[in-house]
Amino acid sequence: MNLIWVPLLPLLGCLVSLLLGRYPRSTMALGAAILPAIALGIVVSLAPEVMSGSNPVVTYDWVPALSLQISFMLDGLALMFTLLILGIGLLVILYARYYLSEADNAGRFYASLLLFMTAMLGVVLSANLIQLWFFWELTSVSSFMLISYWSHRSDARKGARMAMTITGAGGLALLAGLILIGEVVGSYDLRTVLASGSLIAEHSLYPVIVVLVLLGAFTKSAQFPFHSWLPQAMAAPTPVSSYLHSATMVKAGIFLMARFYPVLSDTHLWFALVSLVGLTTLLVGAYTALFKHDLKGLLAYSTISHLGLITLLLGLDTELASIAAMFHVINHAVFKASLFMAAGIIDHESGSRDMRKLNGLFRYMPYTATLAMVAASSMAGVPLLNGFLSKEMLFAESLHQETFGSLSWLIPLLVTVGGALAVAYSLRFVHDVFFNGEPIGLEKTPHEPPRYMRVPVEILVVLCLLVGVLPDLIVGDLLVAVGASLMPAGVPEFSISIWHGFNIPLLMSFLAVLGGVALYRQRRHMFNFQARFTEVDPKLAFEHMIQTLVERARSVQLWLDNGSFQRYALWLLLMAIAAMSVPMVNIPHARGSLEVTELDMVALGGALLMIVASVATAMLSHQRLLALVTISVVGLVVSVAFAWFSAPDLALTQLSVEVATIILFLLALYFLPQKVSLNHLSPGRIVRDMGIATAAGAIVGTLTYAMLTRPFDSISSFFTENAKTGGGGTNVVNVILVDFRGFDTFGEITVLAIASLGIYKLLAGVRLFVPAADMDGRPWSKDSHPLMLMQISQSLLPLALLVSAYIFLRGHNLPGGGFIAGLITAIALIQQYVANGVVWMRDRGDLKFQWFIVWGLFIAFASGVGSWLFERPFLTSWFDYFYLPLVGKFELASAMAFDLGVYLTVIGATLSILANLGKLTTTDRPTRPGRRS
Amino acid sequence: MELIFAVTVGVMVTCSVFLMLRGHTFAVVIGLTLMSYAVNLFLFASGGLALHEPAILADGAEYSDPLPQALVLTAIVIGFAMTAFALILAIRARADLGNDQVDGRALPGDSLANKEPQGKIRQSSVSSTAKNTGGKSR
Repeated sequence: MNLIWVPLLPLLGCLVSLLLGRYPRSTMALGAAILPAIALGIVVSLAPEVMSGSNPVVTYDWVPALSLQISFMLDGLALMFTLLILGIGLLVILYARYYLSEADNAGRFYASLLLFMTAMLGVVLSANLIQLWFFWELTSVSSFMLISYWSHRSDARKGARMAMTITGAGGLALLAGLILIGEVVGSYDLRTVLASGSLIAEHSLYPVIVVLVLLGAFTKSAQFPFHSWLPQAMAAPTPVSSYLHSATMVKAGIFLMARFYPVLSDTHLWFALVSLVGLTTLLVGAYTALFKHDLKGLLAYSTISHLGLITLLLGLDTELASIAAMFHVINHAVFKASLFMAAGIIDHESGSRDMRKLNGLFRYMPYTATLAMVAASSMAGVPLLNGFLSKEMLFAESLHQETFGSLSWLIPLLVTVGGALAVAYSLRFVHDVFFNGEPIGLEKTPHEPPRYMRVPVEILVVLCLLVGVLPDLIVGDLLVAVGASLMPAGVPEFSISIWHGFNIPLLMSFLAVLGGVALYRQRRHMFNFQARFTEVDPKLAFEHMIQTLVERARSVQLWLDNGSFQRYALWLLLMAIAAMSVPMVNIPHARGSLEVTELDMVALGGALLMIVASVATAMLSHQRLLALVTISVVGLVVSVAFAWFSAPDLALTQLSVEVATIILFLLALYFLPQKVSLNHLSPGRIVRDMGIATAAGAIVGTLTYAMLTRPFDSISSFFTENAKTGGGGTNVVNVILVDFRGFDTFGEITVLAIASLGIYKLLAGVRLFVPAADMDGRPWSKDSHPLMLMQISQSLLPLALLVSAYIFLRGHNLPGGGFIAGLITAIALIQQYVANGVVWMRDRGDLKFQWFIVWGLFIAFASGVGSWLFERPFLTSWFDYFYLPLVGKFELASAMAFDLGVYLTVIGATLSILANLGKLTTTDRPTRPGRRS
Repeated sequence: MELIFAVTVGVMVTCSVFLMLRGHTFAVVIGLTLMSYAVNLFLFASGGLALHEPAILADGAEYSDPLPQALVLTAIVIGFAMTAFALILAIRARADLGNDQVDGRALPGDSLANKEPQGKIRQSSVSSTAKNTGGKSR
């Protein structure tokens, strides 16, 4: 069977569970279990192949352009984890059938559980780093849904949020680490990455990669100091805890370390970091577990401790340490899952998890008690059980490691202390709950659970015993296969057996048991000492941390983004200055190699005029009418400059735009204050702004100079060579606009049209204060339309239209064209509005400016589409010469139609902007009160 | 000549940036206009400065670079549209917010807010002034 079905079947099972949501719980459990069971069958059928050394792989292209693939691989490591995930998952499904009550939504429970199972399978089977990360995050999300399953409970919500936040943050670090690995190796394919160990280890980014990947692993596996989420996740239903904290969620971090063990380990940094964190977690977890009164709390901290143990093993630099780590993964999963289930049974059948109330349960549930005691003994490391074997291996390996030089002897000592603590809390679990007098204040009389609720525990406990007695037979081959994944160079010979003779590890075990019993007997003193600490609720601490973080972030954000556009403009300008400064510094000289042109007096005079006028504009901006005068000087000199520097088209355009702009500003001033005071301006602000402005000006000025004095290759020769032959015009600028770059121009007139429509919308419905007098209190002139002005402008109109027609027609060969002609026409019409008033104009023909725009755009578009009729690309131009009597030889070009479109659009847009604004001034005239058309 | 051209563009940019950092909408729009002049000159200069060489084809003539000219020509027109849009936005903002500050928050010591009432201001209640183009209903 294909490997892809292994993660896919539980995902389908997720749907089955949702569909079966209204059936009895037994049906639902069966429905949920079938597909994962088939997946387990597939994995088992593939197992011999993996054990013999070949790794089945399936790969599908996902986004080939980004070399993203969907890729699954089953190697020894993945095989072991897949068996645990599916095997224990199936037992949990059965167990949950009896644990969940009628009131619980079992469909949702099984769906979340199977989604989580899919995510875990995806993590262990992924052969692509990005895909691995995707499933990694999916475990965080789906575990959130499982932990917060009883969402009406505040502690469940908070615990879920805490787990999500911490593991999610670790996931981001992991993503960064994986991307770095992908960048270093040049591939996100796991097999390629696993084959490039030395490449990564010798790269300068290696320490960053290790730290980032380990952050992901440590947060997921609840390593100190990221362990605080795990006890909070105990708010989940017990089947969830039994699944998440034995075989899956927390083991994902271990899996990650094992997955990258061949490439990332084998350096001092790895060994030091991993072993120290593991050791600390082992001790902190074991010590804290001793003081928990909640059954699940004790198990939670013991889980942390055992995860520390596995991590420590992965950080030991001895030959068999990683094999021992993987062996303990199996053992811990088996005994911890059964212990959680036993704790759930006790909770379920006695109504409490508090060890101060639970006493002497052996009498009430002897069968369950026996099972729990065997599992707890395995946790403590009692001989003949699986926990003993891996703990012995830890003791043996801890004796051989050399990471800490002359201080290395501390490790075996501290590990023995950890072993003693494990014995102590296991003893507490057994003695406090099942013996030690009678129950105190239980709500119901404890009794044995339903028959099948015990089955999963039985199976797991039998496994504990079988592995403990016949380790080589049961897991020997599997561990060799796992070893092949961890040590591709070759797995050292090893055999796991119960009896190695009298040696130091056995002595350490013996000491640990003795020490554990002693600790438990003296627990009263330790409890008294522990009571002197003020206990901090990790949930509150976490909430406090999150809130502080949010506050800090908010204050930074308020500083950056204080709602002031001035502030934004400042940031943008500073960014632009910073971005430009660096390349500017790298240009050695501002002056380039080109000969400079000689300075003539006209240019100097114009430049000085422009400088003076610009500075005056900046200084007089509060006296707005004066500022308008000075800025219009700048605009005029700019148009003269264009004329001077051989750009007649630009000069004409600038001149006509200048007129329109100033009319616009004058109209706007009618609605805006004409003068403002500058009293509010702080001198510091002025100095700061002047500094920024000077920096910007200096950069642009230098850039201009550098550009002007450097030679460059222009593509313009193409345009000058082809303007006549290809475009049929001698005015190259116009031919570029309407022919070569016609599509650009089409876009530009569209922008113009959109701007004018936007303005139309902005002005529609505006409620304006229309001043009755100017700012100094003088009333407006009564004679708003002087007769002289009216007469002259009326008689000028035909002339102006004639000029614009002439400019338009000659545009293809001489300075002119649609843009300029359009502006001239618009200004001629605006002049009529100014001289005669809106009412007068309306009475003499109502100009619908929008129609100009529409027709203009349509004609321009149609002239472009027209070329399709001749099977040419959009906007291909055509021209030819004709002869008419009287007129003589003349040229017709499709570009002229396009230019007509430009012409009309410019008229429509300009008029619609100016006239619509101008009409606002007339609205409250008595002749037209609130008139609507 | 190149030097004085560059200096002029630099000064124009300086003045325009200073204006764009002001709080009154009018100053910002003026600054924007000044900036578009400077940018147009800068773009134009990318083709080099040439005297008496317009890009009008004739026999044996030298030509200035027509491409920056074509680009600047449309830039001028679009610059006008942008200035107009910004200016109308400022008017609209003043109508809706009652002040002419970029941030829409009136300054406590601003003369404008104090002066306005004494100017005998009437509020025009035209709901859709821009529609007042037709003469049909007369």
